[in-house]
Amino acid sequence: MLARTPPDAMPVAARTHVRDRLVVEGLSVSYRGVPALIDVTWSAPATGLTAIVGPNGAGKSTLIKAILGLVPSTGRITVGGRPFDEARDITAYVPQRASVDWDFPATALDVVLQGMVRETGWFRAYGKARRDRALSLLDRVGLADLSGRQIGQMSGGQQQRVFLARGLARDARILFLDEPLAGVDAASERIILDVFDALERDGRLVICVHHDLGTVAERFRDVLVLNKKVIAAGPTGEAFTPQVLARAYGVPLAV
Amino acid sequence: MDRFLADLLRVLTFDAGFNTSVVMLGSAALGCAAGAAGTFAMLRGRTLVSDAVAHATLPGIAGAFLVAALIGRQPREAGWLMGGAAIAAFLSLAAIEWLGRRPKVGPDTATAAVLACGFGLGLALMSLVQTLTVGRQAGLETLLFGSAAGMLPGEAYAMAALAALVLLVIGAVLKELSAVAFDPDFALTAGLPVARLDALVALVCAVVVVAALPIAGFVLAVALVVIPPAAARFWSDRAGIVVSIAAAIGAVSAFSGAALSAVLSDTPTGPAIVLVAAAIFTMSLLFGRARGLVAGRA
Repeated sequence: MLARTPPDAMPVAARTHVRDRLVVEGLSVSYRGVPALIDVTWSAPATGLTAIVGPNGAGKSTLIKAILGLVPSTGRITVGGRPFDEARDITAYVPQRASVDWDFPATALDVVLQGMVRETGWFRAYGKARRDRALSLLDRVGLADLSGRQIGQMSGGQQQRVFLARGLARDARILFLDEPLAGVDAASERIILDVFDALERDGRLVICVHHDLGTVAERFRDVLVLNKKVIAAGPTGEAFTPQVLARAYGVPLAV
Repeated sequence: MDRFLADLLRVLTFDAGFNTSVVMLGSAALGCAAGAAGTFAMLRGRTLVSDAVAHATLPGIAGAFLVAALIGRQPREAGWLMGGAAIAAFLSLAAIEWLGRRPKVGPDTATAAVLACGFGLGLALMSLVQTLTVGRQAGLETLLFGSAAGMLPGEAYAMAALAALVLLVIGAVLKELSAVAFDPDFALTAGLPVARLDALVALVCAVVVVAALPIAGFVLAVALVVIPPAAARFWSDRAGIVVSIAAAIGAVSAFSGAALSAVLSDTPTGPAIVLVAAAIFTMSLLFGRARGLVAGRA
């Protein structure tokens, strides 16, 4: 049967580089001359769950895309002092669900396997061992029964879980997720949050663009409040205050 | 009618002479390669690039003809026209790539602009060619409308070799091309060279389109890249299988098209191939097992 991977059986790589912090210095992005991010300097926590929050158009998604090199930016992005590009192998990206065409001819298993495309190497098939690992990842997100289903035939929450499983397939130390809880059903949300907790216990860093202010404090240990500039950053208890949110959103908000 | 069927049967069973058989097999190989390469262009939403490249071969063909005439060479010799077409195809690809990167142009506009400019320049050069009395224009006609009948065994072998190469390349990077086509952003963050893989697909499609010119002609050559993948999509929900089916449909279309054109001596090969491909597309649209209108699951 499909065995779940016990947390303490995770590769050692996840823990040995704990001090290799992700640091963003003076990062700016502009789209056609309109600034989207201005001089963002942020030192991510070493591990744990971090939320990036801010109003619409604050540049939350843009920040993780800029860190990942998907949009051009100026500034410095390093992991443990080395350029981000050299740390690509220890990162994973879980994009917004709406960013792809779900009509694509692929099954859930096919999509999860794409997370292993680089480790497999050129000119080689994924092979049985990776196929089994992909199946156990699908099991971990509660989709073992749907591994052979065309991805367009799944619910939004299931699609989001397939994306998460593909990200997990990268076996990354730093995971970037763009709105992973947006528009998903309660069951999917529960499963995704359980995976987050497991990742946190395992010493990994989960950076999550998040829209729901009401759940930030209970779910995330750290927060980055953004509105084109960094408004506040740090442990949720200190950085996620009504004053900070009033500055970020321009209106007083109760949390 | 009986006569037609008898002839068709003779051609399809390789009983119509060595040359006809060689031509049909060469066409089939090329159709196979075109279907496979075209699938990834389709899945990536870049089908129109091949169309633009095909249209942009016209100024290359006409230009090569003019140069040949100017320096007193027989344009049909030594692949002059094909060389011109290949250069034009490559330049148009480069132009689409370069223009598409400009933030205020974008890939769609770049593709359409290159198609229109290439075709316009081609028509202008063609009207110049028609004023010339030098040189026979038969070679030109072949590339414009396609005529597999005139193909030499050597050309058919070259085509088969090229098709084999294309299939080998596509097969070698199948999982990378699938990952890029589905989610280029994720593929990039996973460390795949997305731009180079995109360029590879575009280049392979362009090579196939240029190679298909003598069979299908410059307007219809692109049909072999476009129609088989579109038809194959109705039969499967797995990218790898769609590629194989598209290759098979491409091969069958080109093979049967070449056979039809050999039997109906007035029909150029290009239109015959396209008609067969269109018939298969219609069948797939209706009866495709994965998403056909009548027989599909969805």
